[in-house]
Order: sequence, then structure tokens, then C-alpha cells
Amino acid sequence: MQRIGVFVCHCGSNIAATVDVKAVAEAAKHESGVVFSADYQYMCSESGQDLIKDMIKEHKLTGIVVCSCSPRMHENTFCKAAAAGGLNPYMVEIANIREQCSWIHKDMPSATAKAIVLVRSAIAKVTLNAPLTAGTSPVTKRALVIGGGIAGIQTALDIADAGFEVDIVEKEPTIGGKMAQIDKTFPTLDCAACILTPKMVEAAQNDKIRIFSYSEVSAVKGFVGNFTVTIKRKARYVKEDLCTGCGLCTEKCPQKKVPNEFNLGLDNRRAIYIPFAQAIPKIATIDPDYCTMLKSGKCGVCSKVCSAGAIDYQAKDEFIDVNYGAIVAATGFNPIKVDKYDEFAYAQSPDVVTSLEYERLMNAAGPTGGTLLRPSDRTHPHTIVFVQCVGSRESEDSTKCGKSYCSKICCMYTAKHAMLTREKYPDTDVYVFYIDVRTPGKSFDEFYRRAVEQYGVHYIKGMVGKVTPEGGKLKVQASDLIAGKQLHIDADMVVLAAAIEPDKTARPLATLLTASMDTNDFFTEAHPKLRPVESPTAGVFLSGACQGPKDIPETVAQAGAAASKVIGLLAKDHLVCNPCVANANEMLCSGCSQCEKVCPYGAITYSYKEFRMPDRTTKLRLVASVNAAVCQGCGACTVTCPSGAMDLKGFSNKQIMAEVDAICK
Amino acid sequence: MQMNDNTFRPKIVAFCCNWCSYAGADLAGTNRLNYPADVKIIRVPCSCRVNPTFVLRAFGRGADGVIICGCHPGDCHYTSGNYYARRRMTLLFSMLDYLGIERERTRVEWVSAAEGAKFAQTMNSFVETVTKLGKNKRLEDLRCKK
Amino acid sequence: MSENNICREDILRISGVDTRKCMRCGKCSATCPAYDEMEYHPHQFVNMVENGDIEALVESPSLFKCLSCFACIDRCPRQVEPAKLVEAVRSACIRRQGHNHLSADAIPAILDPDIPQQALVSAFRKYSE
Repeated sequence: MQRIGVFVCHCGSNIAATVDVKAVAEAAKHESGVVFSADYQYMCSESGQDLIKDMIKEHKLTGIVVCSCSPRMHENTFCKAAAAGGLNPYMVEIANIREQCSWIHKDMPSATAKAIVLVRSAIAKVTLNAPLTAGTSPVTKRALVIGGGIAGIQTALDIADAGFEVDIVEKEPTIGGKMAQIDKTFPTLDCAACILTPKMVEAAQNDKIRIFSYSEVSAVKGFVGNFTVTIKRKARYVKEDLCTGCGLCTEKCPQKKVPNEFNLGLDNRRAIYIPFAQAIPKIATIDPDYCTMLKSGKCGVCSKVCSAGAIDYQAKDEFIDVNYGAIVAATGFNPIKVDKYDEFAYAQSPDVVTSLEYERLMNAAGPTGGTLLRPSDRTHPHTIVFVQCVGSRESEDSTKCGKSYCSKICCMYTAKHAMLTREKYPDTDVYVFYIDVRTPGKSFDEFYRRAVEQYGVHYIKGMVGKVTPEGGKLKVQASDLIAGKQLHIDADMVVLAAAIEPDKTARPLATLLTASMDTNDFFTEAHPKLRPVESPTAGVFLSGACQGPKDIPETVAQAGAAASKVIGLLAKDHLVCNPCVANANEMLCSGCSQCEKVCPYGAITYSYKEFRMPDRTTKLRLVASVNAAVCQGCGACTVTCPSGAMDLKGFSNKQIMAEVDAICK
Repeated sequence: MQMNDNTFRPKIVAFCCNWCSYAGADLAGTNRLNYPADVKIIRVPCSCRVNPTFVLRAFGRGADGVIICGCHPGDCHYTSGNYYARRRMTLLFSMLDYLGIERERTRVEWVSAAEGAKFAQTMNSFVETVTKLGKNKRLEDLRCKK
Repeated sequence: MSENNICREDILRISGVDTRKCMRCGKCSATCPAYDEMEYHPHQFVNMVENGDIEALVESPSLFKCLSCFACIDRCPRQVEPAKLVEAVRSACIRRQGHNHLSADAIPAILDPDIPQQALVSAFRKYSE
């Protein structure tokens, strides 16, 4: 039999003015199991808490009900007080007679009557409470960062800085990501490689960081603090430990006609290649789609020229299992394909390029060696038209491949391109067609104004409607909404500011991580304002553009924030779990697996267990078990279970039924 | 209920999810927004924790109306719980309707933690509707009387 | 529909277009092949319907300068479909003459003499029984 104590708080006059607290305390005395009932001025005060502690000892209370403000306010306070008094903190229930009674009702008799019902229902519930102990689970002190762009590198560096081991998994042969392809960075115009490559080297030389390049995550098991990740190390046909990165093989390889993805196909590379000069790790990789040795067994030039003997045509994909405590998704973005926009003639003319391609054409290490030349005839362009919002801000029923969001970075990089072009080649006419110029950010609007005022870039409010390649020129038809004119410009080049979208690998990765995504395939954060770098799935964190369009400063800031959350997790030896979790009664469980399907966290697993039968035989039965470290306690499984085997601690079927009964009495 | 006059006051059970609607009810209180004292709230972690048997039990014990409040679609703290609740309750309510408990006596509403006014409004309109319907006779006849 | 005044709601209902979806990018006017012939250009057309300025559109020869090539519909990033508004205003204008379709005799009287053929075809296709 429970021995319950009831404490009714006046909350000054907040409760006492509309609820007859003495009558409530008196009524509670008559409830079954109640051995002590009193009212008090301020239960949350030091002396109020002392009253709880003292009464627990004096009356040997096994459960207490505090009639006060919302449990969202002071449940914790009273649980702590109960624990200090020697009671299990989960033997406390709160009757909310302030927010849900005294503050909303004006009439004393009816408010008092309601308060009595609420107290009765809390007493009924606490009678059925069971002491709960929060479990703990150990934390593996190693983090995994998926994606080796600036977001992933920064996150890894920050985690390593705090003294934790961290692995980077990158699907390309080198880390660096999109930032490595960028020429200059806005708004300061420093060269991207000059600020990125030192970070890449730092990551490579840090003994806490391991880099798995040319690798992918193929399976994820476990839960926060205890993930086991299977990493697929794709066969690169070059032994990583032997290759010195001398690059001789990449010069001798006879297969010269492979589109160079680092330069977005604007030039060619060999079948064995190192993506760019500052690649990390600087190791050659054989492209199995183009290597004649791998395809037909004839060639072997690279093997002959390699003095280190690093070439291995027999290499196979390898799978390794590693344990991690936390996982950071940093899968980044890609520009969308713009071929579907026939009106911009991207597929018809090589002189219509995307902004990222333009970036390579401006870059000293790019296909033109840094001289701006038209891809079609390698001549100097005199008129360049930039088109903004290509594929961004489209309606959701758009028939093209457009995105409904603003890609955020295009206004700024277009201003940068326009400015750099005018600076390097003052003889070019540069037109930018915009719908809106969006430049929120430190020194961003000043930057854009400089492009207009100092560099004389023609910003035109309007849109390009049609681009027609004709006689070596691009005929651009556009509207100027301010002047109320339709413009016809003979351009040499057209640059499209393509929308950005999450990398294609993000969606399957989210499935592996059971992390949620929005309709655009961006990872969703645990809270859009207050928990922006955490995924709703515990132990999974978000860094960079995989969470939403971001520029470099924002990405680096978010990468650091994600790292600090990871460090906070890894710094703990054990994680305390929420004890109000589901548990399955194995004797009732029929093994139907319905609960497994509704669980949003993958907390329920099925396994065969041995049961003793009445006739002293044993029988193997499939039963559910809940991983208390993963379960968040929503209770979806409890309702789904057809045999009533699943129940939720702290909110059990019996407890809620008792509350219902007390209210309906 | 110990009311002095003999006018009918309904018994209303409200299941509120801890993260949105219960906080919404708290906000209604903080803003001193009135709604009838007939509404008694039961806190559940998520609207998907509401077992149809809880609703049946309430009607069996003489409740005149049951309302389930959860986070708005897409805002569930547990990502998908409110969708389960919506489906389960749709089925349950149509069954209750078949049993003779009017549709108006049952309701599912989405109330966020910021919608104190909506919570009060919802409760006012629900109580009004149920009061008009009068006492829930049918299941009261069915339930065991001591 | 009232006898003489065509209101904004009528046009929106006939066309099925939601003018509020327009983000004023001007791509419709950028793409329009008949731009220089027009008094009111496609983006203005959308804006005028939005503001209920229908009478000016009905009076303007622009109404029948539209080729009904539907390029604006194809290119519009927000699926606003300006050409459908043009057709709706034309339709409302014709109905105001007391017909449900265009009669051949009435054409010269109500229309600009050098109306593009395609506009006629489009009108006939849509409003003739």
C-alpha cells in the first residue's frame, strides 16, 4: 500500500485567490492511500522543499503529489526535493492547479471543485507509479564526419582539437569539396585555395584525424554513443601506403580522353589521376570506367612507370567496421543540372556555362590557366550576361527541376564574378539580370554596391527569357522592368547562377542514420531555432550545406557549432537515459513486429528467446525488446501493440486509465 | 461535480501532448484566457500515446466529451506521432459514431506551444458543442453502476 | 457576371490563375515575342489583373496582340501562366458582347484590324462551339 503525501501550494495569491486551498488539502485527505495533506504558501521555496523532505521522513511517504504550477515549471524542483528526502524522484506527480485552474477560472467554487478533481487524478496516478532508475550507456570516444569539404574538415579539426579521435569519410579521392574548386571567396576576395589547403594539410597531419578518402558509409548500426559504422573503401587500384604522389603515371597514361570532373568537364584528364595539385591524400586513383587495363587487360603503362610498385589491378572494395560515439553529416551540395532549361541554351552552346564552371574558367589552375576564354573558340569574351535565380525560387508545381527555396549564395558569387571580370578585363561589358538582390551578411551589401558603383557592372531588374546561339554570338532576349523595355543583347558568354541542391548521397545516408529530411532532401535540425546543428536522431549532428544553403563563413561557423555539440557528447563517459521508456512484456508479446514498424527511432528489435513451458519443455519465441538508450518515450508502440504487451514507464496504461477514472468519477 | 445550480455541466477529458498542447494550455493560463472548468487535462508524452481504450474508458465512465490535442502535422516532437494519432482517432471516432456517440463529442485538434489563444478557443467551442448535445446517455446506460 | 463590368474575380475564375504567385521576375516579358507590339506587357498584365485594373486591359489593343504562343506559360518559374489571363480577359470581353463565342461578323467591329491570326485561332478554338 502506498503512503501518499499531498502538498497544496498557495503560490502567494496566484492559486489561493481563486482556489480554496484548505478545502483542496482537506478533500485530498479522504482519498485512499493519502496519509498526509497540507497547504503551504510557496512550495517551490527553500522551506517548501524542506517540508517535502521532512514529511517524507516523518510519514514514511512512498509517493507525493504537489498541487502547484505546471510540471513544465517546477517538476524538476520537486523531484530533486523528493530525492533529497530519500524518495525515488519518479514517485512525484504534479497537479497543475495554477495554469490550468486558478489562472483561467474566476469563480471560486467551480475552480476549487476542478482543483479537487485534478488532485484526485494525480493521486490516482501516483498510487500506480513505480520507482524508476535512469539507465546509463557508455560512450565510444571517437567521432565520424561524413564528407570532407570545408564543413567536414572544420568539424574534424575542432573535434580533434579537443583531444578526441575523429575519422573523415570522403567519397572522392581527395578531401576539399566544393571550396577547392572555387577561385576567390566573397566578400574579401581572398583565394579559396590559399585558405583551404592549409586546413586540408592540417587535417592530414593531425594524429587524431584519420581520412578515409574514396570511401563511403555503407551501414550504420547502434545508437547515440555506440554506433558501429561499416565503411566501404572503394578499390582505387593504387596502394595508398606505397604511392608517393609523384604523378608520373598520370602523365604517361595513354587514355587521355576522360572528362575532368574537377574542372567540370571543361578539359580532360587521364584514366589514372590525381584530382588537383594540392589533393589530400596525394595519391593516384585509377578510374575503372576508362582504364583499358581494367577493362580489357591490355596496357599496364602505369604499373611499368611506377617505381614504387604501387599499382594493383587486382584491388577489391574493402569493408571495415569502426565504432563511433557521434556522427556528423557534412555531405554538402551540388549545383542542379540546367539542361532542362531550353530557353538558356545550356545544352546547345558551350559558351553558356554555370557559375561553378565560370569559377574554373577564372581559376589559375583551371582549364584556361586563369585567362578568361570562351569555351567554344578560346577567344576573349567582350559581353557577358549573368542570369540569376536559375532553378531557384520556382513554384512547387514547377515542371522543370527547379527548387522552391532561395539558394542564398548566388547573389553574392555573381557579384563577385562580375566584379572580378570587370577588374581583370575592363573592356568587357557585364550585365547581371536579377529578380531581387539578396545580400544580407557582414559587408555583403557593400560588396554588391561596389560591383555596381566602382566596377560599373550593369545590374538590370528583370529576367532573361531566351538565349539563341547565332553566328558565334549568343542572342539574349531579356526584360528590363524598370525601363519597361525588352532588351536584345549580343553576348559572348552567358553565365547561369544555378540553384544548389543537397548532394545525391544525402538521402540514402539519412535512411542509414534514421535522420529526418525535408522534401528538398536537406537534413532537418532538431529545432529550427534552438538546436540548429543537431538532427532529431540522438548522436547525429549536421554541418554545412547538407542542412540548408550556406556560404563559407556560415558553413565554418556551423561546423564549429556541430563540433562543440560532438565534444559535449564525447566528453561524457556515460549517457544518462530517460527512464520513461517503453518496455515489452515478453510473456504477452506475440512477436508480430508491429511496434518495430511504428518506432521512429529504431529502438525496438526482435530476437528469439527461450521460454519455459508449463509442461517443463522449453520453446523458442520471437519477442520484442526495447533499447532504453534509444527509446525517446513517445508511446507510439504501446498503442500499436495488438496484444497489449508494450507499455510506457511513467505513463502506463493503468496510470492513464486511473486518471481517466478519477476525472470521470 | 459539486455545482450549486442544476444546469447541466459536461465532463470533458482532454488528452494533451507534453510538448505542444500541454504547453499551449499552460500559455492559455499564463495569459489568463478563460475556458470552462469542465475541461480536465491529462498529460501524455505524445498524442500517439492515447490508446483508443482510454477514450472508450472515459465514455464508459461517464465523460460527455473527449478531445485529443497534439502538435501540428510536421511539428511532432517525435517526428511522426501525431500522424498515428490522427489515423487511429479517425477510425475510433467513426466506430463511436456507429455505437451512438455523436461525432461532436470527440475531436482531434492541433495546438502548438505558442497557441494559448487557440487552446482556449478550442476548449470553449468544444464545451459549447458538448453542452448543447446534453448528457451522454447511451454509454452511461451501458456502463456498470454500483 | 454583371452586364458591363468585368471584375478581377471573374478573370481569376475563368483562367484558373493565382496572380499572387507572381514574384515579379519579368521572365514572361523577357520571353514574349510580341513585346514591342504591346501597350501592356505580360508582367504588367498579371499585375493589372491582381490590382483589378481589368477595364484598361479590355480597352487596350494589347489584348489581341498576344500571339497565344504560351512561351510565358512555359518559362514562368512560378507557374502563373500569364497567357491564360489574356485568354480569360478576351473571353470575358467577348461574352460582354452578349455572345458565348465569337461571331465572324463581329470581329472587325470589336477588334484591331491587324490582329494576329494565331490569336484568332486561339480564340475560335476556345470559344466556338
